[in-house]
Amino acid sequence: MWNWLKTLYHRLGSPKWFYQITGKWLPWFAMSSLLLLGLGLVLGLAYAPMDYQQGNSFRIMYIHVPAAFLAQSVYMMMAAAGVVLLVWKMKMADVVAQALAPIGAIMTFISLVTGAIWGMPTWGTWWMWDARLTSMLILFFLYLGVMALREALSPQEVAAKACALLAIVGVINIPIIKYSVDWWYTLHQPASIKLTEKPAMPASMYLPLLFMVLGFYALLGWSVLLRARAEVLRREAKSGWVRELLKDK
Amino acid sequence: MNQINNEKPAAFCRLTREAVNSSSLIGVFVAALKREWQLQVRRKGDLINPLVFFALVVVLFPLGVSPTAEILAPVAPGVLWVAALLAVLMSLDALFRPDLQDGSLEQLLVCGYSVAPLSLAKVLVHWLLSCVPLVLLAPLLGIMLYLPWQAQGVLMLSLLLGSLALSLVGAIGAALTTGLGKSGVLMTLLVLPFYMPVLIFGTGAMQAAINGHTALAHLALLAALALVALALSPWAIAAALRIAVSGE
Repeated sequence: MWNWLKTLYHRLGSPKWFYQITGKWLPWFAMSSLLLLGLGLVLGLAYAPMDYQQGNSFRIMYIHVPAAFLAQSVYMMMAAAGVVLLVWKMKMADVVAQALAPIGAIMTFISLVTGAIWGMPTWGTWWMWDARLTSMLILFFLYLGVMALREALSPQEVAAKACALLAIVGVINIPIIKYSVDWWYTLHQPASIKLTEKPAMPASMYLPLLFMVLGFYALLGWSVLLRARAEVLRREAKSGWVRELLKDK
Repeated sequence: MNQINNEKPAAFCRLTREAVNSSSLIGVFVAALKREWQLQVRRKGDLINPLVFFALVVVLFPLGVSPTAEILAPVAPGVLWVAALLAVLMSLDALFRPDLQDGSLEQLLVCGYSVAPLSLAKVLVHWLLSCVPLVLLAPLLGIMLYLPWQAQGVLMLSLLLGSLALSLVGAIGAALTTGLGKSGVLMTLLVLPFYMPVLIFGTGAMQAAINGHTALAHLALLAALALVALALSPWAIAAALRIAVSGE
């Protein structure tokens, strides 16, 4: 098992192998994400019971919560890819990091927007300077920073290393930011409207959520691989195997 | 390249006026401090501009919000801190670029000593020359914003501690964008999210002092942030400088 993983890891370091191996993974990610998302959406939107306090508006949770999950874990993945790049000089790690950044930013944006839409009926306001909302907004800016840095720097290897370093610095800072924002929030006057305390969810409510979270992760895998494979082709456009591949088509 | 590597300590040390007799790390650190001091003292514009920027931003608020004490006094801590934070950020922009342009940054990287302490020397001197005057100017602007007297001491102390953290963290962003001709907005985008904890604790300390509480808890947290930055950011700055120079 260990040896198999080691071989796989080394093979993923080669652009050609990366392209071939991920090509086999692609349909699995696609199928499982479509299946899980479809199942979760149908169960969540049609079959889950209405919340006794929030009515039907709670159903936006099935988009909001998975997006917020991904928003945070994508940054961790990006930093992990950064460590792989800086320590083992594995170029494919940067391809993955580059593919991850916009997806993470979009997920953060989705969780902010759905949070605002959810906030209107439940809190009576689109935006509140709540600790969680504020740290999510800062996370969004962190993503934009990484993307802007990649855009600005050239050549590619320099941009790759710089983005990796910035992502790692960001991961060290995220707990500090989170903690300080919580502190800041408790010092300011607490909001007059609070999120109603959630009743323990019945299975018919949380199972769709579980499906949606897993479906979002599969969707993440799918879209990262799609973006990464396109980037590999772009970066390796001059190599023999890409030319041969394109000749066939 | 080989030639430089062979005479590695000499290449960098020739840049410092005094020859380093002991090749110990402390000796090199002291030599780097002296070199930075001489270089940065001579760039008078870079020292004065952040101060003028700080004062100007503060002046914008009475004009834009309201000149009355009832409105200005409550927002004074935030205005002073945000203006000071932006001034520190602006002053950091040109921290490494002149060294990159005249080639001394490369010498620093190949001199054979650990880069982290050498870049720390640069940031420390910058903090002493750019941020400490800012701290001294702050009470004057505080008076103009009707800041209560009991908060003036805390204002200076919190800015002194906070600006050290700001300089160290901002230097990472400055190092990452060194290779770019102009980096003002990009560096702001990179660094500002990391500045938010410092802002929160800095203004928190002043609010506590204004309300008659002790500001010690906030100041202790600011000091903690500064110490963590002092311990970790030199390594990140060094790594960022290596990346920036490799792109040249």
